[in-house]
This record gives sequence, structure tokens and C-alpha cells, in this order.
Amino acid sequence: MTKVGNRIPLVDAPLKVAGTATYAGDIARSGMLAGKIVRSPEAHARILSIDVWEAASEPGVAAILTGDRYPVPFGVLPITHDETMLAVRKVRYRGEGVVAIAATSIEAAERAARKVRVEYERLPEYDDPEVSAGPVTEKIHERAVGNTNLQKEVQQSFGPVDEAFRDAAHIVTVRGRFAGVTHAALEPHAVVADFASDGRLTVWSSTQVPHYLHLALSEVLGIPEHRVRVVKPTVGGGFGGKGDPFPHELVAAALSIEAQRPVRIVLGREEVFYLNHGRHPTRNTVRIAADAEGQLRGLDVDALIDGGAASSFGTVTTYYNGVLSVGPYHIPAFRYRGRRAYTNKPPSGAMRAHGSVNTRYSIEVGMDMLAEELHVDPTELRLRNFLPPDTTTLNGFRITSNSVARCLGAARARSEWTSKFRALPLGEGIGVACGFFISGSNSPIHFTPKFPQSTVHLKIDVDGGVTVHSGAADIGQGSDTVLAQIVADVLGVGIDRVRVAAVDTDTAPVDLGSYSSRVTFMMGNAARRAAEAMLAQLRNAAAQITGQPAEKFVAAEDRLSLPDHPEVAVAYLDAVHAAMEHTGALQSSGSYESPRIGGDFKGARAGTSPSYSFAAYVAQVKVDTDLGRIRVKNVWAAFDCGRPINPLLVEGQIEGSIHMGLGQLLGEEMHYRGTRLMNPSLLEYRTISPEDMPEVECLLVGDADPEGPFGAKEAGEGPLPPVLPAVANAVYDAIGIRFLDLPLTPDKVWRAIEARRKEGGLVKPPRPEDHDR
Amino acid sequence: MKLRVNGLEYEVHPPPERLLVDLLREDLHLTGTKRGCEDGSCGACTVLVDREPRHACLTLAHMVEGRDVTTIEGASSSFGLSSLQRALIENGGLQCGFCAPGMVLAVEACLLRGKPTREEIREAIAGNYCRCTGYAKIVDAAEKVVRERWGP
Repeated sequence: MTKVGNRIPLVDAPLKVAGTATYAGDIARSGMLAGKIVRSPEAHARILSIDVWEAASEPGVAAILTGDRYPVPFGVLPITHDETMLAVRKVRYRGEGVVAIAATSIEAAERAARKVRVEYERLPEYDDPEVSAGPVTEKIHERAVGNTNLQKEVQQSFGPVDEAFRDAAHIVTVRGRFAGVTHAALEPHAVVADFASDGRLTVWSSTQVPHYLHLALSEVLGIPEHRVRVVKPTVGGGFGGKGDPFPHELVAAALSIEAQRPVRIVLGREEVFYLNHGRHPTRNTVRIAADAEGQLRGLDVDALIDGGAASSFGTVTTYYNGVLSVGPYHIPAFRYRGRRAYTNKPPSGAMRAHGSVNTRYSIEVGMDMLAEELHVDPTELRLRNFLPPDTTTLNGFRITSNSVARCLGAARARSEWTSKFRALPLGEGIGVACGFFISGSNSPIHFTPKFPQSTVHLKIDVDGGVTVHSGAADIGQGSDTVLAQIVADVLGVGIDRVRVAAVDTDTAPVDLGSYSSRVTFMMGNAARRAAEAMLAQLRNAAAQITGQPAEKFVAAEDRLSLPDHPEVAVAYLDAVHAAMEHTGALQSSGSYESPRIGGDFKGARAGTSPSYSFAAYVAQVKVDTDLGRIRVKNVWAAFDCGRPINPLLVEGQIEGSIHMGLGQLLGEEMHYRGTRLMNPSLLEYRTISPEDMPEVECLLVGDADPEGPFGAKEAGEGPLPPVLPAVANAVYDAIGIRFLDLPLTPDKVWRAIEARRKEGGLVKPPRPEDHDR
Repeated sequence: MKLRVNGLEYEVHPPPERLLVDLLREDLHLTGTKRGCEDGSCGACTVLVDREPRHACLTLAHMVEGRDVTTIEGASSSFGLSSLQRALIENGGLQCGFCAPGMVLAVEACLLRGKPTREEIREAIAGNYCRCTGYAKIVDAAEKVVRERWGP
């Protein structure tokens, strides 16, 4: 056990830092053409005609496609296929692809693109989910509910909700409004497709879900799955933004078929903004009922989310906006109504901490309000209500390891909470918030649940190198490194012996890919089992060589030896060579299938996971009351990811999540005027700059999870949600104003401060103990 | 026109509108220089022109005629990765890696100007967008190099 638990740098970092890692846009093939997609300037319109004759006669143009060539709908969820590679008969959002061109150079393709003539007839545009939820004159998709533009409606109720609110001593209500935000990974999406003369299609793409793309390519293009190959090169960040099969990936493949040449499409930054699939613009109402002692009695959540023009992961998002509020507190009664509306905006989808961020914000601000009503410290209120470990929530989530109370204790101690809460000068404040998140979804959505969710294959040949084949997608988070650590640890070899092969659907066993924070837990378990199966072969070889019992050998430092008799040892390579006699290269396989969890009601599987991460954050802020600027000075981030396999990478996930969460809280916004996106560039979409990042202290608190690989749980998404409400609660502590309309841009904050000054003055809220005086 | 890239002399004939980033990536096959935003806001295309950082996506190829260009492929030497590159690897100063080429060159340019403070390092990378790390581990890595080079 030398690799797991240590701060091991990314195995692919030496290539990345030297500029030699190959991303999809870096791939060039002999005879390769450049692809360009002509996009709709209309948000909702019937396509009356498309004239490509002039474009086709432009020098260098090899192929032109319109939507009627491959009209087969697709989508990441099997139940909501409502996207096509190019618009068919009508366009549903500004930026949707209408025509695609392949030409000998990108300049030629762009020249041709300017000569495409499309005639549109405008249809009513829907930019407001509230309007989409009512009767509409024009349905965006035929599959929308009844005569509305709702994509999905969920209603759930558990326990005595009405009684809880009727009998409650305290009820707080929070109405939150959240602008849409987007992933803004630095690498714009890129794809190379090569439909070769042997009738096989190969696609290299910056994707988080190679096997979903594999399936979509086969279904839409009508090529049998076994003749489609998807390769995932190095991916320049995802955060959910590369987690669907996307139109441009299918378009590149279709253009390659038409032109009989390889085709590359690299999206421009503006196109990435129109692709979106980011976090839903949301309005929610959260009501919390509590008794006089501050025990939670009931939770009532209503969420209306703006799905944009396609389903994507939206059905899951609709569930997650509700069901992911049943922790980390014990909720004895819970009601949820969630609605996701189609609008004529770029589709929303899954973004880091999918579906949980906005509801979490309203709940955690609500907990702060409740604590104030009860005259108790908000950390104390939370401690009274945490779920214990090894319990089941009322909607059937199985909670196993859970160190949320210790997380809160750690964050409180490190931040010196008690001496600061309500005690800092006006304009300075401290706030707390908690959270939890799934370690992968229990229900596989790619195929029937008979197959494992993750499988890992290993191969060792005469050179002693261990080749790992996995379909899990490293998108920068470091899953290849985690794989290498686990395999090296079990086999007792140096990490440099392990080579993680690029995801290639020809050689990698099916894996659901990188989303829902599933990779470390599921792939990690599969990898461990594969490595243990391989170790068994090496132990047998060692037994044959030494005449000692196989099961007694332990593997470490490139040798297999008996712990009680270290002189009885076989070098790793000797064991490999002995095991290979008469069989050749060694192979092994391991897989992971999550246990069946959850009730029998509709939607019971949504949010079920083999394990959950937990978090408690404290943030300290300084508000410039003259300029309305919120400066986040410190975040103490206590996180329970079980036993971390690689603390260096876990810290990276926490710090990156804080950057992204603070962005959503303080400035990031997909700014729409009607259906028109006003800021489709990194210049105008404002993320947090290096100078504005707070000091972050990561506190890894947690016990080994009973089912996680080496006790580990997820760390990729759960670190995000608590930072937004922790800062908002700190702002309240600083100036006594609640903000429920994100993002908290300086103009908004300044106006609220000015209004409060006119009302009678800006003061700090009272201490809990001062209320009665 | 002639230019030097990573110490080697090249003779190229780019069309007038060709950007430096495309000259490097498409004509010279130096794909380490990345394109992230096309408007100078992300810094992924940062290269050094006569030791000064420049956005290759906002620089016409013809503007570097006769100049000395360093790309990420020139940041390491025959002795291996630079101390900054090694520090970034060891400190977790990159994740997806797409910002790393520009980030390395932006910090190297800062180090060329003399011993920087932590604030000066943050300023030096203010034009380099990273969506993964939250920047702290990048600044930590740069500070490690500063300590190695100039002492604490």
C-alpha cells in the first residue's frame, strides 16, 4: 500500500505541461477536411427553404449536409431523444445547426457558409419557463406535456407534510432565483471523424461519455455498433459540458461519410456558448418547518427550471432539484414539485453538482434564517439535525459512511467560528453551509441494468508493463491517475509500470463515462478487482517457483514475498514470466455493479447511490459597502470523501469547485435578453480571476467508506454546492441583507445596501443571545 | 518571411490574414499552443516574442517576421522539463492541462523580469484562464520556483 492515499501527481501531467498531450483539435489525418456548421440566427422558426447551390460551387467544398439527410433524433437519456444533428424543418434556438459544410480548408468552409441561404418563418418565441408551463400556441417539441411546453413534471410526497407545516412552531420560506451558468471549460469542443474505405467509422472527440457517443453514432448514422469506434484523446475540461453526445460530433461523422475523407470540426468559443448544456436558470421556493427546539419537521420544495430547447439530462435534473434535498439533514416529511420547461434558448443540461446547487442554496440560506428565528447559532442548528451514518432517508436513499458532523466541527474550529460569528465589524462576516452528493447514480442509463456499470481489463506481457483498458473518461480530474494508483498498489509495482490506455471503444470495456461523480467509486472498484484477479495469477506463479502457499504472498516493491519469511521472495518480473509460460500475455478483468437501492415508486431510483459525500464549509467575507463588491477572503472547506485515494487531486477538485461556485454566486451569468444570449464570450462571461480567489483551506475529514475502493467516495461535485450559501450567509452576517437573486453582482448588492440605508441604516444582525434583551 | 521559433529558423509564406496561432499549429505543426477564446481573454495561446508574452490569437503571423518566438515546445530543454514545469506537476498546478502551455510561458516571462511577490505572480497569470484549479496551486508552484531561484 504505497500509492493509494498519497499525493501522486497526474500521470499525464508531464505531457500536458510540455504541450505534447494530444487533444482532439490537435489531431490531423491525411486528407483531412475542415467542417463548419451554419447556425440559425432565429430562436424559433420554421425552415421554409435552404439554398446551398452557391455554397456548393465555392472552391474546395467537398460535402454539404442538411438536417433531412440524418433526421434520427438522439439524446443522452434513452427516454428523451429530442435533438437532431442539424435542424429538421424548424429551428428551436438561436445557434442551432442548420447546414454543415466540409471543405479543404476552414477558410473555404467559412466562405461557403456565408453563401448558404436559409428562409425562415418566425414562430412565437418562449423565453420564460412560467409562460412555457401554461397553455401555449406553439409547442417547441411535440413531446412536450399536453398543450404546454413543459418537458417534465415531477410530484413527490413522503411522510406527513401537511401536518408538519400545520403544527410547526417555525416556518421559513425562501424564494430563490438563479441565472443560468455554463461550464466554460477551456478547451472548446473538437472532433475528428474518419469514415474509412473499410466501412468503419472512427471518431476522436473531446467527450466525457465515449460509449454514449458510440451508441448515438450507430443509431443516427445507421452503422452497426461494432463498426463504430470512438477514441477519447486528452480532454481539456468537461464539468458536464462534454457529457452528452453532441450534434457536431454526429455532423463530423456524417460529413466524413459524404466526403469519404476525414473531417475535423473545432468549435469556436461563441459556438460553445450556444451549445451550452449548462446549469438551468431556476426559480425555486423552499419552505422549511421546524418545531420549537429547532428539529426539522418538514421540507417543501418547488422548482421551475428553464431547460432551453432540448431535454439533454433534463429529466434527471428535474428529479435532482428535489430529491437531493433529503440530506444532510434528517427530514421526516418531504414534498416536491419540479417542472422543467422547454424554451427557445440553448439547451440546459448537466453541470458540476448537477441539479443540486440551486435548491441547496435556498435550503442553506433557509437554515440560516431558521437559526435566527430560533435564536441559535446556525452551526448548532445544523448539528441538531444531521442525518446519522448508516440510515435510510424517507425516500429510500441508503446512507452509509457519513462524517458531516465532524466536517462541521473541523470547519468551525479552523475558522475560529465562535469568536467571529456576529462579532466582526460591520461589512465583515462569516457564514456556514453544508451539503452532500452522490458517488455515482445507481441506475445505469446507457443500457439495461444487467451489465456492470464499470469494467476494467488489465494486460501484462513480457515487458512487465501493465496496460489498463478502461472506458472511464479522464477529463482532467485525474481518473487515469487514480486507476494507475490502484492497479500499482494491488500489484505492488511502481506506478511507472502502469500505462493507462486512451479510451478506445474497440479495446476498452463499456463504461458509463464521467458524470454523476461515479468514476472513482465505480471504476475504482472495478480496477481493484481486476488487479486482484491479476495478482492471483502472479501469486500462483510465486507458489510454483517456491513451493509455498499462493495466498500467503504479498506484493510490494516489485516483488512477491512471505511477510513472515521475507527471504522467500520472487521478483515481480520472474513471477510474470513464470505465469506466462504456455499461456502468453496475462489478462484479467474486474467489474462493478452497484447494489439495488430505493423504493418502488416512480422516480425511486433518482438520487440513489452506493454512497454519498458530505461537506461543511465556512466562508469569511468583506463587503465593500460603498461599491457593493463582495470580497471572499477565506473558505474553510471540510469534506468527507471517505479515505481519499489521492489528497492532491481531491484538493484540486475542492479548490476548482470553489472557483466555479463563487463564479455562479458572484458574477457568472448566461445573460439573456428575451431568447438572445448577450454574452457568448469569455470576455463577457465573467469568471473569478486569480486575484479574486479566496484563501482556501481543504480539510479532508472522513472515515473509510465500507464499499468505496480503499474506502474512497466522490470528490468531483459535492465540493461545489456549499460554497454559494456559505458566502451568502457570511454576507448576511456582514451587512444584514439576504440575497436570493443570483448572481450577486456589485450593482445589485450596492442597490440593496443603498435601499437599506434609506430604510434606516445598515447594521449587523443581532447575536443569537442578544435577541431576548 | 523568416522567423525563429524555439531557436530554429523557419522560412514561411503565410497569407496576410494568417494569425500566429494558426501559423504555429497548422503550418509548423506546433500544436502545444492552444486556442481557447479568440479574443485575448483566456491566454491559452500565450507565446513569448523576444521574451515578452503575446497572445498568438491576436498576433498576425507577419508581425513576428524576423523575431524570436518561444512556444511551449521550447519551454523545456534537452535537460528535460523546466523547474517551473516540474513544480506545476508536483503541486497539482494543472488538471485538464489546456491552460498549461500558456500558463507556463506567462509565469516564465514573469520570472524573467526578476523575483516576483505572490501578488505579482497572481497579476502575471491574471490573463490566463484556468477553469480547473482555482489558481492557488499554480501560484504555489510558481512560488516554489521563486524560492529555489532566489531563496525565501
